Amino acid sequence: MAVAAAAFLLALALLAALAFGPDLRKRLRKQARSRSTVRRDAYDPGRERRAELKARELLHSVVGDELYAMYRELGFIRVSGGGEPRSGYGYLLYPHRPIVAYEERSGELLNEYCVVFPDRSEPSADGRLPDSDDVLAKWMALSGDERRLIADANMHVPGRQLDPMQVRRDLLRLREWEGRRRSEAVTA
Amino acid sequence: MKFVRMKPGHGDVLLAEGDVEVAEDEQRLIEEFRRQLDEGMWAAVPSGEDSGRHEATMVRDFSEVPREADRVIFFPKAAGGR
Repeated sequence: MAVAAAAFLLALALLAALAFGPDLRKRLRKQARSRSTVRRDAYDPGRERRAELKARELLHSVVGDELYAMYRELGFIRVSGGGEPRSGYGYLLYPHRPIVAYEERSGELLNEYCVVFPDRSEPSADGRLPDSDDVLAKWMALSGDERRLIADANMHVPGRQLDPMQVRRDLLRLREWEGRRRSEAVTA
Repeated sequence: MKFVRMKPGHGDVLLAEGDVEVAEDEQRLIEEFRRQLDEGMWAAVPSGEDSGRHEATMVRDFSEVPREADRVIFFPKAAGGR
């Protein structure tokens, strides 16, 4: 009896495979095609640019006009050490580059702090924040808890990743830029 | 109060929004706050938009967020880079 039932079920399965097999294969192929289309659609060269534009808006709204103008025109943001201009040292924040600590008066470069903000929830973008978000994350972490950020970073001597000559030129550009802003404010 | 999160490939995305004076909203915000921290995010409260002295305060618990804060920004926890 059991053998007969098994044979019946087997025959039924064979008939079903013959009847629905071609349709099933077609449907599976279609699904595979649509999955690959979705994957192709997911590549969007404008996506990073749109993300960066949004990130710039957020940066501007958080750091204010002055620092945003600094970032837009010079490509980095300066932060005073200890949240206090009188501390005598400061940091330059570049997008996706190490934070550079320097002495305010002499301009001497002190250290490079290598820090990243990896977000593994978005594998399509390699977990990398848009440039302006990276700068904002550094700015918030430094402003809010300098010690913790510096403790989390890998510290290196200046010149490991950033050309010290370039950083010194950036400090000069920053002084000139601040001078221009001050004289513009006086004449305005 | 708004919760926004920095996301790779997106810029900031709105996670939640609510009035902390409304118990239901507050509970929702507390839960979202915890979820983000559990996912490894840091939370910062920007301030000084009105005074011109722009600052950010890092917070580790919803109770540390000032009641009058407009937004909390979540971003991935820092790690030492190469």
